[in-house]
Amino acid sequence: MKTLTVSVVTPDGPILEDSFEMVSCKAESGELGVLPNHIPLVAPLVISAVRLKRAGDTVRVAISGGFIEVSDNKVTILAQSAEKPGDIDVQRARKAKERAERRLKAKQDDIDFRRAEYALKRALNRLDVVEKR
Amino acid sequence: MASLRDIQTRITSTKKTKQITNAMQMVSASKLNKAEQNAVSFIPYSEKLQEIVSHIANSADEDAHPMLVHREVKKTAYFVITSDRGLAGPFNSGILRKVYRMIQEKHQSPAEYTIIVVGRIGRDFFKQRKMPIANEIIGLSDQPVFSDIQDLTYETVQLFIDEEIDELNIVYNHYHNAISQEVISKKILPLTDVHENKEHVADSMYEFEPSEKEILQTLLPQYAESLIYGALLDSKASEHASRMTAMRSATDNANELIDDLSLQYNRARQAAITQEISEIVGGAAAQE
Repeated sequence: MKTLTVSVVTPDGPILEDSFEMVSCKAESGELGVLPNHIPLVAPLVISAVRLKRAGDTVRVAISGGFIEVSDNKVTILAQSAEKPGDIDVQRARKAKERAERRLKAKQDDIDFRRAEYALKRALNRLDVVEKR
Repeated sequence: MASLRDIQTRITSTKKTKQITNAMQMVSASKLNKAEQNAVSFIPYSEKLQEIVSHIANSADEDAHPMLVHREVKKTAYFVITSDRGLAGPFNSGILRKVYRMIQEKHQSPAEYTIIVVGRIGRDFFKQRKMPIANEIIGLSDQPVFSDIQDLTYETVQLFIDEEIDELNIVYNHYHNAISQEVISKKILPLTDVHENKEHVADSMYEFEPSEKEILQTLLPQYAESLIYGALLDSKASEHASRMTAMRSATDNANELIDDLSLQYNRARQAAITQEISEIVGGAAAQE
């Protein structure tokens, strides 16, 4: 079976590079699955878990602020942050979650609100990826 | 002539200083190594991002996104990267002099510009001169990761999107190699260089999900943020290199000083011995 070469790249360096049979992720317009021989594609991703599948094995990567680019059976995921379950600092994510929830309850001006919301999303996403591994 | 004991004290203290500068040089050397690695691991991300951006920007209209459009410049922002600590040779002074001169030349009143500053030295410099600081970050680690400055870059790009500023220049030390760094200033916003790489146009056509315009909406701010982060990594490498060079020349100076002082010390000792002998000889001669 044909495979996809997947690389996950962040500003702090490449996180993962391997071949998989399927990539499924959540784009801004909805759930997106990529199989080999997909047409070239660019799509922004929401804060979510990217699932990389191959025979009997699924790798989940928590990403935020990312893009997926597909061309020529190569999938590149560019993200501002990306973590494999083993690299996630659960303690930190929990604290971030609590902090964000507190801020959301406090309801200050718009910018803080938006930032807290993003922080909460990121924290929940990380915790989610750790739990489901 | 200074007494033997005075010279001895100076030699000892110079030796101690030398030990410190020598240690700092070695620390900076290893930090430089790490900073270089960080800069290298950033390259794949920035290259890929640039590729996609220029690809989309080329196939889209010129004015597809406000970040690509020049507008009348009412307020210019300067993003200045300095260090938190001194002892780095001309690293900070060079950059601050350049920014100061640029601002003096271009602007009549503080209402026409604002400064976003990284590093304690730069912040203190601008604060002392009562120049407007829009945002600042101090206490950045020696090996910054993207999340350390994400808030700052996000807010900076947001300033431009909200039309608080109409132009963003970044001024930092560019790292050529371990012995040469150069102060450069670059215009980051509006994004002007994305239309330059025309060779990508001929590549395979992409399908955009949901649309080119919406992708630009999220892609361009990220691209601008990554440019700022790239400059920061570059500047960090320069800082360590600059500090390493400064400390090396301090160590060299200390060595020279120690040599001079040792020579003086030996001369003074010899003079004392000669004097003592001549006193004894004189005394013996007087007894005969």
